[in-house]
Amino acid sequence: MRRYVAGRLLLMVPTLIGVAILTFVIMRAVPGDIVALKYAGSPVPQSVIDEERHQLGLDKPMWQQFTDWMGEIARFDLGTSLWTGHSVVEEIEIRFPLSLELAIIATLLAIAIAIPLGVLAAVRQDTWTDYAIRIFSIGGLAMPSFWIGLLMVLTTITLFGWAPPFVFTPLTVDPFANLAQMILPALSVGYRYSAVSMRMTRSSVLEVLREDYVRTARAKGVRESLVVARHALRNALLPVITVISLEFAFLIGGLVVTEQVFNLNGVGKLLVDAVAHRDYTLIQALVLLLASVFVLINFVVDMVYVFLDPRIRYS
Amino acid sequence: MTGLARAALPESDEVARRRYLESTGSRRFVRFWRDFIRRRPLGTAGAVLIVLMLFTAAFADRIAPYDPVEIRFADLLQPPSFEHLLGTDPFGRDVFSRIVFGSRTALAVGFSASFVGCTLGLVLGVVGAYFGGRVDQLIQRFMDVLLSFPLIVIAIAVVAALGTGEDKIANVIAAITVPIIPRVARVVRSSALSVVNMPYIEATRAVGSGAVRIMFRHVAPNVFAPYLIMLTAFLGQAILLEASLSFLGLGVFEPTPSWGLMLRGAGMQFLEQAPWIAIAPGVAISLAVFGFNLFGDSLRDALDPRLRTA
Repeated sequence: MRRYVAGRLLLMVPTLIGVAILTFVIMRAVPGDIVALKYAGSPVPQSVIDEERHQLGLDKPMWQQFTDWMGEIARFDLGTSLWTGHSVVEEIEIRFPLSLELAIIATLLAIAIAIPLGVLAAVRQDTWTDYAIRIFSIGGLAMPSFWIGLLMVLTTITLFGWAPPFVFTPLTVDPFANLAQMILPALSVGYRYSAVSMRMTRSSVLEVLREDYVRTARAKGVRESLVVARHALRNALLPVITVISLEFAFLIGGLVVTEQVFNLNGVGKLLVDAVAHRDYTLIQALVLLLASVFVLINFVVDMVYVFLDPRIRYS
Repeated sequence: MTGLARAALPESDEVARRRYLESTGSRRFVRFWRDFIRRRPLGTAGAVLIVLMLFTAAFADRIAPYDPVEIRFADLLQPPSFEHLLGTDPFGRDVFSRIVFGSRTALAVGFSASFVGCTLGLVLGVVGAYFGGRVDQLIQRFMDVLLSFPLIVIAIAVVAALGTGEDKIANVIAAITVPIIPRVARVVRSSALSVVNMPYIEATRAVGSGAVRIMFRHVAPNVFAPYLIMLTAFLGQAILLEASLSFLGLGVFEPTPSWGLMLRGAGMQFLEQAPWIAIAPGVAISLAVFGFNLFGDSLRDALDPRLRTA
């Protein structure tokens, strides 16, 4: 077991190095660097541009820029943003709580919708209840979450004359104002993500309900509700947990479009801006951070499996 | 189709099963779909939506009452009426006509991206499963990298590197292909792994077939069911991604009619004043993806019920 854990941890390294190389190469392949963009259209002598490139270290050979960056990473130094001049850590620190909060609320909403409905659909398989729930969930997969967001804003405007405020209130300053602001984006994202988990819950519960021990429990005269809750759901939850946690990893960095609709200044927006500015240090740090979160959650899920299901033994 | 279609029939229906197995070729094909329509109402509904969309795209110029890109300042922001079924946008363009023509963009991007992505995923999955060892490890690690890479960076980079414009739909397709590849490769690999060790593969090798022949004549056809299922599932997802990218301004560009693009700009700006601009394209996207998902789901149930494609 210990060897397996160590092996899995080691496997993350090549994946993250791959992500680092890919980010580096992709961003440098895109035409125009930050200096060129900054002075685009203004008559600045080439010497100024060269000087600025030199200061930012952009005139060094590619391989040296890459090894420099790797060296900084090894010292846990993410560098400073080329665009704002603030440290990358600072830039991310401002946005991360918002993205994290949104991801957490959306995930909680998704779980609250997905598990009861998924179980209900499985228990009532091939009835109209099942069909209705499946249509509801496929609808969640089909509707773009940003469009649901637009419709929600439209509804609150026309019904209550209320639109989400443009200025963000942190949770620590005024929890109610903060939640009022977060609930719509969280709902629009949560509905979509509940669809995926709901489908997984349904198929997983269906599979477990066919097991022998479920039949045994029923034969013993255990109440059906108990059979479903204790015998079926508990054992069906494993794949559901995987899906939910992987979605969570995506949510942190993947809310670009929703943030745009609700005008939230989160990690997704930061990434889009950084790419638009060719802010190499910030992009590299952000992509690496998001990839690490993804890889790490993947790893934690595998580990949680062992504790939840003693039959699983990695070797 | 043989092995695939057989799975569509329930074990209990022995007579139908035997009659089915005795039939051949096109009759077998007809039987499969007759069975599909009879037993899977949701999937059939999805198929109807898909056919409707294909029809709209094929006859867009006959269906659309107006030119989708013609700007008419006399008709700015008209609400829905008999003249303009779904109203007009701030350029006086007919929203209904733009929706009709938008189906072409959606289908073109969706189908190409899904086909290219799934096919590359199929090849990588089969190659990895067949060779195993270091080749497999290398492919898997590369797939991990693609999986953990934010789509938005790829999209922005592709769009920025290759340029944008009316004729650059290929760039959007390329960006959408990337996240599809690793997901397909994973599923195909695990399906192919159970095939590569079968005796008949050994036999083929003994007869002297080369690796390429074995992989694509003998292994690939056996993972065709998951391939087909994912092709349908990702078609819907690709349409959705195209809409999101166009909404962000990283996808299709004006004046090409695209559903995602219609939601951008005017859709948001005139949300209160002219909600029809934002509502109609969203409904179009949802119906299209809904159709492909319903159909894909039922296809999975019919072909390979144990397969999970979330």
